[in-house]
Amino acid sequence: MAMVLSSGASRAVSRRRLGAEIAPAVAYWFATPSVILLVGTLLLPIAVMVTMSFTDYELGALDYSFLGFDNYATLWKDKAFWRALFNTIYYVALVVPASVVIGLLLAVMVNGLKHGRKLYQIAFFLPVTSTLIAMATVWKYLLHGTIGPVNHLLTAIGLPAMEFFGNPSLVMPALAIIGVWSLAGFNMVLFTAGLTAIPQELYEASAVDGIDNPIERFFTVTLPMLGPTTMFVVITTSITAFKVFDTVAVLTRGGPQGASDVLLYVNYLEGFQYMRIGLASAITVVFLGIILLLSLIQAKVLERKVHY
Amino acid sequence: MVRPKPAGQSMTATVSISSIEKNFGATKTLKGVSVDIAAGEFLTLVGPSGCGKSTLLRILAGLIPQDGGSIHIDGAPVDHLPPRARDVSMVFQSYALYPHMSVRENIATPLKVRRLSSAARWPVVGRMMPGQAVARAAIAEAVNQVAGQVEIEALLDRRPAQLSGGQRQRVALARAMVRQPRVFLMDEPLSNLDARLRVHMRGELSELHRRLGATFIYVTHDQVEAMTMSSRVALMMDGEIIQVATPSEIYANPVDVRVARFIGSPEINLLDARADQHGHVSIAGRTTAFRSDTVGPFTIGLRPEVLAIDDGSSEIVIDSRLQRIERLGHDVLLHMRHDAGSKKSMTLRVSAAELDALQANGRLNENVAVGARAGSALLFGADGKRLPGLHGAAPPELVAYGLGLRAVGA
Repeated sequence: MAMVLSSGASRAVSRRRLGAEIAPAVAYWFATPSVILLVGTLLLPIAVMVTMSFTDYELGALDYSFLGFDNYATLWKDKAFWRALFNTIYYVALVVPASVVIGLLLAVMVNGLKHGRKLYQIAFFLPVTSTLIAMATVWKYLLHGTIGPVNHLLTAIGLPAMEFFGNPSLVMPALAIIGVWSLAGFNMVLFTAGLTAIPQELYEASAVDGIDNPIERFFTVTLPMLGPTTMFVVITTSITAFKVFDTVAVLTRGGPQGASDVLLYVNYLEGFQYMRIGLASAITVVFLGIILLLSLIQAKVLERKVHY
Repeated sequence: MVRPKPAGQSMTATVSISSIEKNFGATKTLKGVSVDIAAGEFLTLVGPSGCGKSTLLRILAGLIPQDGGSIHIDGAPVDHLPPRARDVSMVFQSYALYPHMSVRENIATPLKVRRLSSAARWPVVGRMMPGQAVARAAIAEAVNQVAGQVEIEALLDRRPAQLSGGQRQRVALARAMVRQPRVFLMDEPLSNLDARLRVHMRGELSELHRRLGATFIYVTHDQVEAMTMSSRVALMMDGEIIQVATPSEIYANPVDVRVARFIGSPEINLLDARADQHGHVSIAGRTTAFRSDTVGPFTIGLRPEVLAIDDGSSEIVIDSRLQRIERLGHDVLLHMRHDAGSKKSMTLRVSAAELDALQANGRLNENVAVGARAGSALLFGADGKRLPGLHGAAPPELVAYGLGLRAVGA
């Protein structure tokens, strides 16, 4: 869009650059490679997917027919889809606040250290660099209903053992714990970058002003100054959390009794297990729409609060 | 520990800095700095960047601890006190305003911290705490009053980002003034302003100091700010205070060649000189009629305005070549080359009228002799320390007296 606008403004008047006459058409030639890439890798696949969401195309089928909004109507009436949507939102609601707050706390605490700052930063960042699928098996063992160390710990302090992946009401929180574990380190790194950008003089000014309580200093200087960082972290974490798939695919496969069905997992089942590409595309369109809406709302609301 | 301030008494205090030391790792940033500041004084700490002046200011504020020595404010030691309890306020180079707060909230912050309970200061919910209406009203009143003093009443509801540099500066001043501290610390507060505004704010700060009567300790690297505003200047170099004196004294009587070079613009001209074993002085290879107390090489400092194109009456004469003429309006700078010093260049300041006269009667050739009265020469030893002046060369007004005395004696 922006490209069209800017070239529209220059119109057909040939301009002088560094003494040379340049025909306005040249601008389009320079823009061509990136336009091709943009269309070929982003816009076209999305357009194809949106188109397919109106068809009954099945993977491997030779022909297909247009159904209009039938796929969307099917989704609307499908209890499993709604359950997956609510499970996903539940997961996001658990993971985003926890991983943002924990990431922020870790960043502030590690940043305040005199020694070993690097060590802690690397340690907390490790989950980000490790493959989640491999780590998921470790978590499966840790949270296992009978042999898991977490349950040993719980029974040792007198609490009942919990069947994390077998109890429908515990499975999403259990997955959320893994999600927080894998995201908090990354958020910590982002917050650390934000912390180093806070001018030291502001802390000195607050000390001279009489703010000597660390908690008050945090709320007067640190948190407001981290506003833009926090906005970015919340948006990226929400999107990542919305895309939860691998832990579900590896650990629970949507079970028990569909209690851990999430959007992308249902999407994957429809598209690649039941081969119903049309319906899967419709789910993807809904998914993209939700993420777009989420980002827009957050950007609109937070933008006004964090940029001074 | 902080004594309550009796109402109506002027808010000012003496500050005594004694042998303050500070090391950052192996670097000695401050090497036993001592200076006593009288109540209501405007003392400027001036020096090149990295000399430790900002560090000293932060130690005074209690922002960083010193490694040795002590600070007394109004006679009482404050070394153990946090910044909050020292009753000092500080203006920072970057102004350090809270960007998310309005100007009003920025100025109110130091008072809120002191007068409202910690529960009442909580964000959002704090306002619902009971029994704070009176305190809040008093704070609002104080903020309005101080905003009037620095003329920013119209800006109170804006955010710092919406203000110009000069306006932010005023907000920072207002925030420092609002709780009426006994001592103001200022860390290069004008260096982020453009040249015009800086000159203007210099005047305003002097006026503010006169009106408040509080003790000002002002850090700058700009000797012009130091000279124009202060009641006394403390010149710092390499972690030490080299000289503390009034602006006119530090200009006329520098105790060290580094002081002489730092104060004054354009820089003082330094010439190589030498005294033989009898004390006979030669300057730039020319023997003179003067004597000095030292033997061996030393340095002669001559300010640009004491130099003139020699008309035959000068007591010190240096041969030089005219390189460049710089007109500053009323004054003119003549840049000369000579062979009488390691720097080999020399600057004269003459009035535009003098230059016109010189050019009219053709005395401004490429090769000219530059002269000065011996009494205006500042002598520095090889170690940079000030030496007594040239003998047989009393200041001009004393020459006649000296001659008269000799005549009577004879």
